[in-house]
Amino acid sequence: MKLIFEKHKEGRRGFSYGECDVASPKPLAEKYIRKNQAHLASLSELDVVRHFTNLSRFNYSVDTNFYPLGSCTMKYNPKFCEQITSLEGFSQLHPLLPQLSGGGMLAQGSLEVLYESEKLLCEITGMHAFTMQPMAGAHGELTGVMLIAAYHKNKGGRRKYIIVPDSSHGTNPSSAAIAGYEVIVIPTASDGYMDLVEYKKHLNNETAAVMLTCPDTLGIFNPHIKEIADLAHKVGALMYYDGANLNAMLGKCRPGDIGFDVVHLNLHKTFATPHGGGGPGAGPVGVNEKLIEFLPISRVVRRSDGTFALDYQKQKSIGYIAPFYGNFGVILKAYAYMLVLGKDGLISAAEIAVLNANYCLAKLKKYYDLPFDKTCMHECVFSAARQAKNGVHAIDIAKYLIDQGFHPPTIYFPLIIKEALMIEPTETESKETIDAFIKVMIEIARLAEEDPSAVTNAPLKMPIKRLDEVRAARQPDLSWKP
Amino acid sequence: MNIPKNLFYTKDHEWARIEGKTAYIGITDYAQHSLGDITFIELPKIGEELKQSGYCATVESVKAASEVYAPLSGKVLSVNTELAAHPELINQSAYEKGYFISLEISDVAEKTKLMDAASYERYVEGLTK
Amino acid sequence: MSYIPHTQEDIQEMLSAIGAKSIDELFKDIPASLAPKSFNLPASKSEFVVTQILRKLAAKNATGLVNFVGAGFYDHFIPASVDAIAGRSEFYTAYTPYQPECSQGWLQAIYEYQSIICQLTGLDVSNASLYDGGTALFEAMMMAVRATGRNKIILDSGVNLIYRTMLYTYTSNLSVEFVEIPVVHGQSSREELFKHLDDKCAAVILQNPNFFGAVDDHSDIVEKVHKSGALAIASVYPVSLGMLKTPGEMGFDIATGEGQSLGIPLSFGGPYLGFMAVKNELVRQMPGRIVGSTVDSDGKRGFVLTLQTREQHIRRQKATSNICSNEALCALRAAVFVSLLGKDGLKELAQHNYQKAEFAKEELSRIKGVEVKRSSPTFNEFTVLLPRHGDEVVHRMIEKGFACGFPLGRFYKGMDNYLLVAVTEKRTKEEICRLADSLEAVL
Repeated sequence: MKLIFEKHKEGRRGFSYGECDVASPKPLAEKYIRKNQAHLASLSELDVVRHFTNLSRFNYSVDTNFYPLGSCTMKYNPKFCEQITSLEGFSQLHPLLPQLSGGGMLAQGSLEVLYESEKLLCEITGMHAFTMQPMAGAHGELTGVMLIAAYHKNKGGRRKYIIVPDSSHGTNPSSAAIAGYEVIVIPTASDGYMDLVEYKKHLNNETAAVMLTCPDTLGIFNPHIKEIADLAHKVGALMYYDGANLNAMLGKCRPGDIGFDVVHLNLHKTFATPHGGGGPGAGPVGVNEKLIEFLPISRVVRRSDGTFALDYQKQKSIGYIAPFYGNFGVILKAYAYMLVLGKDGLISAAEIAVLNANYCLAKLKKYYDLPFDKTCMHECVFSAARQAKNGVHAIDIAKYLIDQGFHPPTIYFPLIIKEALMIEPTETESKETIDAFIKVMIEIARLAEEDPSAVTNAPLKMPIKRLDEVRAARQPDLSWKP
Repeated sequence: MNIPKNLFYTKDHEWARIEGKTAYIGITDYAQHSLGDITFIELPKIGEELKQSGYCATVESVKAASEVYAPLSGKVLSVNTELAAHPELINQSAYEKGYFISLEISDVAEKTKLMDAASYERYVEGLTK
Repeated sequence: MSYIPHTQEDIQEMLSAIGAKSIDELFKDIPASLAPKSFNLPASKSEFVVTQILRKLAAKNATGLVNFVGAGFYDHFIPASVDAIAGRSEFYTAYTPYQPECSQGWLQAIYEYQSIICQLTGLDVSNASLYDGGTALFEAMMMAVRATGRNKIILDSGVNLIYRTMLYTYTSNLSVEFVEIPVVHGQSSREELFKHLDDKCAAVILQNPNFFGAVDDHSDIVEKVHKSGALAIASVYPVSLGMLKTPGEMGFDIATGEGQSLGIPLSFGGPYLGFMAVKNELVRQMPGRIVGSTVDSDGKRGFVLTLQTREQHIRRQKATSNICSNEALCALRAAVFVSLLGKDGLKELAQHNYQKAEFAKEELSRIKGVEVKRSSPTFNEFTVLLPRHGDEVVHRMIEKGFACGFPLGRFYKGMDNYLLVAVTEKRTKEEICRLADSLEAVL
């Protein structure tokens, strides 16, 4: 498809502001004015609408295709949640209003949304307080690690290390590094769990925190998790919970009860806010009493008369990690979702998510290597090692699935599994959809034996074939040039 | 797998060609083959001091970034500037046109810690089993 | 309601295929001792009931005020097509386009967004978005620290206090040193700045227009910054780039900013859009996803996420940033918004903003006791000195139906009687005149 700039026609106008209703003043001095004009396409409104509408049709999405992307929880995004955010009462509110004298009274509705969301998340996770400010999961991770740093600094010793398992998501070590910590990576043992012997060897009073995902990135609940937490606390280290996999735990287990001190959630995963092609998300961070005083400014409080206000008086707060209160538009959708699902709905979500993933595991274990043959939780991880022997790698399987109308599962993560295929169906997918997916996966296994090139040549049915990614990296073309 | 006899090798698949007090450094055929198409290389600057087994450079392919370590200690004398525009030279000619840097050897005795071609060949065979 | 399609029959069939007797059995790995100590959530409700609850909440927010508050976040008109396109679920229910063959729509849209940001800022390369203008500024600062190997930052106090505070928060565990430069007569103080410019500086950070609304030409500063071996970073207001000299023209190395004014609602603080554009030589230091153009095996043009070795999923603790999810949907809104306007519309938008603000300045200067600050040129936002405390005036004006401006005393010591007034194209002549009349009455 042509680039929008390639559809330019000089003189064409799209949106116009009409005549200005005030007189033209003296212009700014020449030196302040731009000389090099922006080369933006001149198009009619229909041109623009048609262009982007057509682009939208070149995407796989949850609303059009099964999207079992492991670790991302691509569940259905309820449409009424979208509708709520367009209420002008929510969308038009300027974030600085509460900073105007008497302005807090103008934002009571939104302040209540933030306050109540926090309360619900506390109950769901077993934590004492939340900051809704982080604007993505990774942002939440960085915030969480900064809270940990503030805690230790307050106690008089910064400590140097953060422990992560080798199966962790890349955002864990990268967030730790940005917060100034050195990362110690503990290998996964042959039983599929973080190696306890290595863990104990590296755990000491220079450890600031241990960052874990639970269930882990293999989709398995670690039976030693309480022991890991207790050992960490004994040396004064804190436990950090990466909430990416919370969908398996709703109503079944709470990170706060296990002993996690700080938790981040991904609203765009567990709480069904849309992924938006990569964002926006939201990564609220929950803490127990140890860390409340360090939470970012500001916090929503409820006065004795029932009204809501923002509290900026926090001596030990780490400061501002976002310009305001977080991605309010995203938080609002998650709030609506939590209200609609309620206690029973959230528990069902976990139950069916786990049912769906185990069903995939049971149906596919004959055809694909299963690194750890245990009951999985909301996602299962296979290895395409068997198929790779015939030259059919995880990436080829992904491309073949695309041809069959499925978005592929996550591939090559976690890094500890060769040719990893991480399948997370989510609870909103029906048995028929999953059966259709399983059928194709079995077909691929057969083709890998009998006709590998049918898989390695994929995709063939999409508007483009495999792209030259080497060229894209060697000769970057990152912007249209006039 | 091409393993020239006149070079010295490390366990991390770097090679060194020693010419008097100067050593030319690069990565082996085995390394470039495992990395796949190389898209970018980050090299040290002229004058920088490198330590044996210490960080020297980073080599990138589309999906991975690998660190390269110095086989010998010394001061960087020259840097192969061709690699900026043509990283594929590393894939095509790992021992000649795809060399990374030359350095002034600070301690010739360090040579004893390196493998000769025959030892490296055995080492690689052990890996590919 | 839980959006779960399973019938009892489905569940039984699946359990039997798994070989489990009940769903509870699938959770057996969770020890009983770790069952939730409590899970007291309200029962599920219907969409209808929840919609009513939320409508009531929305009604508790007062959005009827005529808005003259900016301070970095502006009340601009959003054409209907932006919502229509961003509301297409093929866009918003997709994830990051890691599989290019089934995401060419998203990839091309982001490539176009990147190109638009380059055209707006006058720089060479843009990324696919960051969270907001503040975190984008932090990322830019870290790029300079990495690229120069130095750790002193000269920070102009004309940069939004919210962003400056964010920079301090993020660097509290890193060894970065800040020197803040005061603002003189609205614009950046060259004298103060050059005093601190030395070979320890990684970067100088400026904002245009600055927080007081003052417009400047920073080319002279940038030249000196480069001579000292540091990088020049500009935080800019994209709508103003329809008129003002760009960071590229001034020689800046990195431009960041808040993209909210490009078709994104104010939405009480987010989601917003952090944009970043850099000179070519800095591209490998840039955080965030980047889309590049290439060809497929048939030679057909296609788009793909590229230079991924900078990112966390490959580099882990050595990544340029930890960013994973970004603000893609907001970037799409910005791309659609700018495409609808085109170069003429963007000029027109900037012109209307400038014009209306100049008119407002005239109207407000007529009020006895009110002094409109004119020591520097402005775009669509300007500073006004009131005869009384800003907080009190603002409070009285709210009662009259106006959010008349941002009281600068909240952010700057000794500026209690100052007000920051923003005027966008949405403000009519009538609204501006009524603002002046009401303010006169209040004073």
